[in-house]
Amino acid sequence: MSGARKFGLEATFASHDDLTVIFGASVSGKSLTIQAIAGLVEPDNGRISVGGDPLFDESQGINLPTRARNIGYLFQDYALFPHLSVRENIAYPLKKRWFFGLSPEQHQEVAEIMAAFEITHLAESYPSELSGGQRQRVALARALIKKPSILLLDEPFSALDSMLRHRMRMELLEIRQRFAVPLVVITHDPADVEVFADTLVVFENGGVKEVSRRKHQPETADANIWRQKVCWQAKCEEE
Amino acid sequence: MPDLSPLWLTLRIACIATLIAFGFGVAFAWITARFSFWGRDLLDAILTLPLVMPPTVLGYYLIVVWGRNGWLGGWLHEHLGITLMFTWQGAVLAATVVAFPLLFKSARAAFEGVDAEYEKAARILGDTEMQVFFRITLPLAVRGLVAGTMLAFARAMGDFGATLMVAGNIEGRTKTAAMAVFDAVQVGDYRLANTLVVIMSVVCVTILVMTNKLAARRVR
Repeated sequence: MSGARKFGLEATFASHDDLTVIFGASVSGKSLTIQAIAGLVEPDNGRISVGGDPLFDESQGINLPTRARNIGYLFQDYALFPHLSVRENIAYPLKKRWFFGLSPEQHQEVAEIMAAFEITHLAESYPSELSGGQRQRVALARALIKKPSILLLDEPFSALDSMLRHRMRMELLEIRQRFAVPLVVITHDPADVEVFADTLVVFENGGVKEVSRRKHQPETADANIWRQKVCWQAKCEEE
Repeated sequence: MPDLSPLWLTLRIACIATLIAFGFGVAFAWITARFSFWGRDLLDAILTLPLVMPPTVLGYYLIVVWGRNGWLGGWLHEHLGITLMFTWQGAVLAATVVAFPLLFKSARAAFEGVDAEYEKAARILGDTEMQVFFRITLPLAVRGLVAGTMLAFARAMGDFGATLMVAGNIEGRTKTAAMAVFDAVQVGDYRLANTLVVIMSVVCVTILVMTNKLAARRVR
């Protein structure tokens, strides 16, 4: 492929559910979409809003900087800062004044979220010393400590082995309930669709192919039909 | 006891030159590592030039630019009455220029080695661009920066040709250790030459060993 290869993304979708899955093959544009929601890439035009608040609106000249979007983001390989301990990673979004430490309330907040994620015993460890599952918990705690209005997850389970994958899916569902935060999960794994997709957005070739809601499925439909919506796509990927 | 004053002068010149090279080197390294713009490769080549050019050629360039009739030197002399030629400040200028590429190259490689994903994560977690630089980029690049700074210091300490062209070899004012060794050998004062050579060699070997240790140490 030439270095000048261009990829255009044109996507329109809305979700009213707290669990949304964006499903697609690896170059379908799904990653670019959540990066645009987070403000890491700027669309040429269009509109992005979360909970009714516009984050980007080209026609009105609105483009909130990434830091002001109050979005939680779980990177594929978690992007835990390697030079900071688990505690420092989690406290990172709270500590904004360079020469001062955290307030007692903030220390308490960090301790509480570490307890909630059962990672208190790892507080002084560094990311390189953690297992895949532990890293994900630390990354989730860091993403949630500022109570974001939405949590975006970029292929959250692809770095884990299949046993752990199942457990972390269940943990993520629990966390979503506990922190009452809407999730947008991007994935190319049909199993994620089954667990997380109350709204399913299927991406293909830089555009939205289909948007469907689980509650609009016929009563008789079992999980298999829901899963089959994306299975053909997963199969395409294998070929 | 041989006269070691050239050594102290060399240390002073090398320290100041390294500080200046650090400021410019880090700034240019960050710009070229993080932004893609027209002429970036040319800029990199020009900034690296002092590494490959003969020091006397470099010294000549410095005279053309900073000399009393030079582009910048002429203005300085006319408006502020300052001239850098044949002063220790001129030696600092020469040492800065020869040391700069070592710092710039190491710093650029160090910045390029910082995964941009960490910087993105920091932005999402609420950092301004300046906070991203000081909390993420700089700490993650620090080993490369320190290693580059030490190499630059060693190079600044050892310069001969460019310093000679710009600052001359004036006893007590611009005679650095490298020049004192040259003079000592010329007049057959091997006691002084040996002393200076041993001290400079020990300093440089120490710096290189420390640099290697830094480069080899695994990032957590």
